Amino acid sequence: MPGPTVAPTPLTVLAPTGELVAPTPLPVERIRELYRAMAAARSYDRKCSAMQRQGRLATYAQFEGQEAAQIGAVAALQPQDWVVATYRDAAAMWFHGYPWRNLILGRTGDERGGHAPPGVNVLPPSITVGAHMIHAVGIGWASLIRGDDAVAMTFFGDGATSEGDFHEAMNFAGVFRTRTVFLCQNNGWAISMPRERQTASATIAQKADAYGIPGVLVDGNDVLAVYAAADEAVVRARAGEGATLIEAVTYRMGPHTTADDADRYRSPDHVTEWAERDPLERVRRYLAANDAWSAEWQDGIESGEAAAVEAAVEEAEALPPLDVGEIFDGMFAELPDPLAAQRKAAVEGGE
Amino acid sequence: MTERNLAQALNDALDIALGDPAVVLIGEDVGRTGGVFRVSDGLQPRHGEQRVIDVPVAESGIVGAAFGMAVAGMRPIAELQFMGFSYPAYDQVVSHVSRIRNRSRHRFTAPMVIRIPYGAGIGAAEHHSESTETIYAHTPGLKVVVPSTPYDAKGMLLAAVADPDPVIFLEPIRLYRAVKGEVPDGHYTVPLGQAALVADGSDVTLVGYGSMMRDVRRSVEMLAAAGISAAAVDLRSLAPMDLEPVLDSVERTGRLVVVHEAPRTAGLAAEIAAAVQERALYSLRAPIARVTGWDTIVPLRRAEHHYVPNAERIVAAVNRTMGA
Repeated sequence: MPGPTVAPTPLTVLAPTGELVAPTPLPVERIRELYRAMAAARSYDRKCSAMQRQGRLATYAQFEGQEAAQIGAVAALQPQDWVVATYRDAAAMWFHGYPWRNLILGRTGDERGGHAPPGVNVLPPSITVGAHMIHAVGIGWASLIRGDDAVAMTFFGDGATSEGDFHEAMNFAGVFRTRTVFLCQNNGWAISMPRERQTASATIAQKADAYGIPGVLVDGNDVLAVYAAADEAVVRARAGEGATLIEAVTYRMGPHTTADDADRYRSPDHVTEWAERDPLERVRRYLAANDAWSAEWQDGIESGEAAAVEAAVEEAEALPPLDVGEIFDGMFAELPDPLAAQRKAAVEGGE
Repeated sequence: MTERNLAQALNDALDIALGDPAVVLIGEDVGRTGGVFRVSDGLQPRHGEQRVIDVPVAESGIVGAAFGMAVAGMRPIAELQFMGFSYPAYDQVVSHVSRIRNRSRHRFTAPMVIRIPYGAGIGAAEHHSESTETIYAHTPGLKVVVPSTPYDAKGMLLAAVADPDPVIFLEPIRLYRAVKGEVPDGHYTVPLGQAALVADGSDVTLVGYGSMMRDVRRSVEMLAAAGISAAAVDLRSLAPMDLEPVLDSVERTGRLVVVHEAPRTAGLAAEIAAAVQERALYSLRAPIARVTGWDTIVPLRRAEHHYVPNAERIVAAVNRTMGA
């Protein structure tokens, strides 16, 4: 079993300057695809923020700055694998096949957003903090018991590691060597509380040590480093060698949600510093230096991805809300008689 | 047919259920020791450590992991050792298990059973005698059932395992070995969501479930000896609740006494009383009476008998209802 060692400094492959500091795990064509995916995610994120300001969405949790952590991790998955994520992980969910239309529908306040297309193994985003990590343990465990090879990757933030369920999930994954990858996006903040108020540990990755699984600290704004760490973890999990905890160090560039004003608790200087480590810009520099980028190509993908998001918005907004009977219809495979009677009363305007 | 007590009937049901490779039994001490009440005795040697799984002491982890398995297509049976230890898992139950079908609009489901031994009467330690089933029955998206006979225990557990939705399966601790009966060998099911008329009568209707049914049945006999003809209904399913046999009976008797071990305020007896007066007020010849646990913490062993309702209290309530 590999020793659970945590590097004192985050694993980095691509520096903010766009220069490789370690061999790239991916060919340039694949890196272009990841860049395009990150650009698409950013386009979606900004569109949703705008829609929230227009009153077209409920509260929205931005992920700007975390695109590399999400896209890089999911890039290591295969179609049969699972993503078990949160309300801030739209990029990860989308990149594993969950349509923008579903994500937008969910944020407009519609349960049908949670209906992933057939074959897309992405659970609806967990809204309660931390309770979902153990679900990825159960899924990765089922894979072992049944002898298939699906891996479950779960996304959570630094705040979620303070929940008791984090301990239970890591502990079960360690004891039963489940096919689970824990992907912590340490974005520095849990609403208004900084990472230092969540744990006295020097890193979150080192917590893996206590559970007998490897912990990896990685530059979360470096899509190649995240990919490399996730790929190693996924390969280990698939081979039946157990779970891994990856701490992707990143930064939440926006507030917790659109209902929050981050200026009340953090200095704008932090944001400026992290802007220099932008996950897209460093890849753009790398591609440009390798003759794999042009302004025309950039314009093309930005307009193409923005149009795809726009089409998804139109599709979501064109769907009429659930009618009163339909709010009952999601509850059970078959409505029990008392609930069927309530449904009838609700539809007919009675009690 | 074999004579079995309630625990043995459950053991038989689990053994049969584990014949399906999608089924696992997961809980604390369910394997090596066969469970704290020996309900899963002998199952781990027969079905293997991967199928009858001893886990770390973590109730939220048990239910959460079982939920993940269920979402991935398995049919896990999770055991929580006592109802008083089920609360760490309640967030998993109310926030995830009960909701996944609705929040994914049928794309993902949780066909799982959570077995919870409940109730007082064996002089156990603190937290080991709770009867807080109302919490679960009040949670949308769950089925909550409780057998009181070995026959129902086996058939209802097998029905719960086959159910496409999550089922909270309550097991009355003090009946595990106190009730015996003929139980068919092999697979059969008792449909969930159906109450059973277990005694017919013309003067008063008694309604109970689970741990209280032994006392309900005893009170029927005591009342008969006193010349009062009591009908009795075993609810068996708390959610959904089947009140048809209760209403049918009340239309004939005009009197209703509802019995449960759980605390009185906002307990299921209140729900039953409300539903019966809505639908059968003009059949009632006396106020509906409740015989329940008090709104106190369940007393510890030496004073426990003050708390748990018994046949004498049921008979006294019937006599008040009869105007005697």
